[in-house]
Amino acid sequence: MNGSANRMDGPYPGGAAGFGQAVRNSLTMAYRALLKVKHTPELWFDVTLQPILFTLMFAYLFGGAIAGDVRGYLPIIIPGILVQTVITTSIVTGVQLREDMEKGVFDRFRSLPIARIAPLAGALMADSIRYAIASVLTFTVGYLIGYRPAGGLGYVAVAAALVIVCAWSVSWIFAFFGVSARTASGVQGVSMLVLLPLTILSNAFVPVETLPNWLQWFVKLNPVSHLVSAVRDLANAGTFSRELAISLAGAAAIVAVFAPLTVRVYMRRA
Amino acid sequence: MRRSFPLHVPNAELAVEARGLVKAFGDRRAVDGADLTVRTGTIFGVLGPNGAGKTTTLKMLATLLRPDGGEARIFGYDAVRDAHRVRRLIGVTGQYASVDETLTARENLIVFSRLLGLGRGEARRRASELLERFGLADAADRQLKTFSGGMRRRLDLAASLIVTPPLLFLDEPTTGLDPRTRAQLWEMIRELVRSGSTVLLTTQYLEEADQLADRIAVIDRGRVVAEGTADELKASVGASSLELAVRHAKDLAEARRVVEETLRVRTAAMPESGRITAPAADADRLADLLIALRERGIGLAEISVRKPTLDEVFLAITGRTAVGNREERGTGSPGFAQDHDPEREVVV
Repeated sequence: MNGSANRMDGPYPGGAAGFGQAVRNSLTMAYRALLKVKHTPELWFDVTLQPILFTLMFAYLFGGAIAGDVRGYLPIIIPGILVQTVITTSIVTGVQLREDMEKGVFDRFRSLPIARIAPLAGALMADSIRYAIASVLTFTVGYLIGYRPAGGLGYVAVAAALVIVCAWSVSWIFAFFGVSARTASGVQGVSMLVLLPLTILSNAFVPVETLPNWLQWFVKLNPVSHLVSAVRDLANAGTFSRELAISLAGAAAIVAVFAPLTVRVYMRRA
Repeated sequence: MRRSFPLHVPNAELAVEARGLVKAFGDRRAVDGADLTVRTGTIFGVLGPNGAGKTTTLKMLATLLRPDGGEARIFGYDAVRDAHRVRRLIGVTGQYASVDETLTARENLIVFSRLLGLGRGEARRRASELLERFGLADAADRQLKTFSGGMRRRLDLAASLIVTPPLLFLDEPTTGLDPRTRAQLWEMIRELVRSGSTVLLTTQYLEEADQLADRIAVIDRGRVVAEGTADELKASVGASSLELAVRHAKDLAEARRVVEETLRVRTAAMPESGRITAPAADADRLADLLIALRERGIGLAEISVRKPTLDEVFLAITGRTAVGNREERGTGSPGFAQDHDPEREVVV
């Protein structure tokens, strides 16, 4: 009470929150998400341990069978693992959003004069950092076991950025599950059910030519395959291919559909 | 410390004005036409048993729930249409601590401060100030997981006071607190109101409403069944009662006869304690009674007039006792706490 401003002469006069305030509030919420991670590091196992474990596992398990040796398999598998890991990570957005909304602290957020979208936007922002960590780790482990992407560091960075953007877009789908589901475990279940076939039934781990025709049809259609191809073209060949355009268009389409849906459901519940 | 809010609001007189609030969950009407009026600068108590609709009512007023019917105005702003404006004027402390479990106390306050528009340094300073004031400085950098219920409550309240809200909602602020922490919290609430804020609190503790609230609304099954000051509510139940204790047990029967004759009422006697209870007479008759007793040489150990307790009010209004309260005091018959009576006023 000593000397604090009361809310009427506070920094945000007027009606609903403006864009500037929305950005500031969202950044604060992202900061909060990062603080949470600081205290519960196990929340980041999926973006730290998983890329390391999966890269090593798949490289040595399938390397000989698919490409003759591990070294030859790396240009195929590293982009595959990258996409698979980072996209899978985006599920957490929905689960954590749901968990958050069930807690008492959410009542406080809702009673504060902040932009309504901030808790959602903040969560999505903080998750981009998770994707970045997973990307860096996957490439690093790949490099350590002998992956030398021909595209060079610049193109690898672009490839990582592409995956981060796409994962962020996909996380809107799970955010939608998150805001509409009744329980956090429900979100987890539904999300895995959607994601597993998409990431496994793709060109991430095996050459498409080895698959039966009907499966080839699905795999070629699968957006994850396009993303994996785009990453391979960037990292291994240093080219911006048509796959890149397809991936970005797909990401944009997902955001265009799911962002408004999510925001609408979220605002109604929040 | 006194500080009034230069409120530029449509209605600076009435902090809360609710008419016919309704909220249904499925086919159960949790709140069924509640009316509330809270004057600015007062403490208003919403009293009721578990499940009476207190929290739901509070949530509608605090923009956390959208009413299915009726309307609520906070300082004249509609709680639904002008929700964002209302949120600038209120603070809410929920029944279940509305703070972040995984963060430390300090981080919680910093995050909320930043959300309220304080700068980085300002947020840090404010957090430290509040931690100090709420006796949490030692625990400031511990995660809330390790906090006791009382510490959580205090942090929760601190979070609601980052910027002093003109209107503060407190949902059962002292439930589960030890008496000392409860007393501290009461003092903080009083101080807040002295400095110009308005407080609406829910409670199932009759004593809390009695001690703190300027006005009390008794809510039962989603409706406000009585409203007034604690005294008015007690008066509405009926007259006060007179209690006498004779010095010598052998005088009990005689004394009882004298009381019944002088006051022309029926009395109840408790031979074990040598007590007589009667509906309180007016003061003149009381003087006659004392003289009559002295004339007969009956010595009195004690004489008192007590108003009905809020327990009795509650029982009379709702036909039930406040849940949990009775058991704690451990008396048998609900509503007539003879041996533990905070309302006794000794007149002689």
